Amino acid sequence: MQLLAFILFSTAVYANEAYNVLLDSMKDKNFVTLERLKQDELQEFCSQPRSASLDEVRAAKLREAAFKGVPIPTGERYLGDWQLGEKVASNGRGLQYSDDPEQENGGNCYACHQLDPNEVAYGNLGPSLSGYGARGQSVAMLQYTWTKLWNTHAYNVCSHMPRFGAAGILTEKQLQDVMAFLFDPNSPVNRSQP
Amino acid sequence: MHKGFIRGISAVLIGLWSAMLFSETEGVFDEYRAMLGDDNPAIFVIFDGEEIWFTPAGPKSASLEQCDLGLGPGVVEGAYAQLPRYFADVDRVQDVEARLEHCMTQLQGLTPAEVHGKPYSLRGDLGTELEALVAWIADQSSGLAIAPMQAHAKERATYELGERLFYYRAGPHDFSCATCHEQGGRRIRLQTLPNLTTYQGAAEAYSSWPAYRISQGIVRTMGWRMRDCMRQQRMPELVMGSEATVALQTYLAVNGAGAPMAAPGLKR
Repeated sequence: MQLLAFILFSTAVYANEAYNVLLDSMKDKNFVTLERLKQDELQEFCSQPRSASLDEVRAAKLREAAFKGVPIPTGERYLGDWQLGEKVASNGRGLQYSDDPEQENGGNCYACHQLDPNEVAYGNLGPSLSGYGARGQSVAMLQYTWTKLWNTHAYNVCSHMPRFGAAGILTEKQLQDVMAFLFDPNSPVNRSQP
Repeated sequence: MHKGFIRGISAVLIGLWSAMLFSETEGVFDEYRAMLGDDNPAIFVIFDGEEIWFTPAGPKSASLEQCDLGLGPGVVEGAYAQLPRYFADVDRVQDVEARLEHCMTQLQGLTPAEVHGKPYSLRGDLGTELEALVAWIADQSSGLAIAPMQAHAKERATYELGERLFYYRAGPHDFSCATCHEQGGRRIRLQTLPNLTTYQGAAEAYSSWPAYRISQGIVRTMGWRMRDCMRQQRMPELVMGSEATVALQTYLAVNGAGAPMAAPGLKR
């Protein structure tokens, strides 16, 4: 018990030290302030190597909290306009101090995922999502995907993916459009063959 | 004379680069590098850096010849490969840029604000004095093994701090350095991402900075690379020579220790 307390305490001190060092080592730039260096509970919990074993009890609590925070989209409308969604998926701008805060943020999906199989410039930090619509079009599938986009930690705590909805990176409307890009049978994600 | 030449070369390179952007494949970079052979436009920046080192400047009208980069005043050969390291005169670990700031303020009488005014070029610039100095100093370690000092307790603590910062997730996107750089065989769009937690990935990355960036027509330093990674992580601006940048560079240098320095490198 004492050992556990010591480990928890030293982890907290370490995290705090990293924060203080970053605070001293950075400065506000344009609209990006030092406020961003503060970690929420999830960020603090997930700041360890992939190989580190997670505290399963805390992970379960964070997973549950993430899940509970996901709203149902207005009018239970999960799918928007796939053509607008394609633009969001291709757009890598947003929230960097070099970006124009007046422009809407992108989702930068192609940075990490394959989507339209005819797009060659895709990253592979995340799995390929080409043909995603064929995985199913049920309400359960829509809800699962919506949740994943809104707050990935609802399923996979410490996933590397941003919390596009929960962190306010994308709007509800943009997420509905991205959903359509993933599910619509006419979307290049589901139609194109390379 | 160098500056005019660099301007000409940069224009040609940027032209070539624009023409190649359309194909956007990793193969193109390799082809381009092969075309240049052993030539690297950084050579002109290296000449500039050497000249700047020996030219009196600042209120004290002193050159940097008495600057101690860790191997004694004025010893430049081999110094870069052993950085970052602990310096007793400031009781802290410094990278090449923090050390240059120290020398410019102490020897030449510049203010920290002057040194920090514009350490790195903006897009379209022709290079800063700091970039030229770092290019020359790094070139003076070319072929030597990366051997950052880890003898002093503060040097070891700096490595550990660097590792913690590497995994520190924050900001609207929850990114850390590790988001992109703790796995092998991954890319962002078409850009290959080195795994900086391994010897091979850290060695390849660390040994090739500073580097001539073809797409920008200038030499970029490792300090700039750190700052730009933080920008991409949606963090605020990382200060040149700060504790965090020194710690992150120490983490990379120690992980890549033993590999030969090959800077200034040539990058897309």
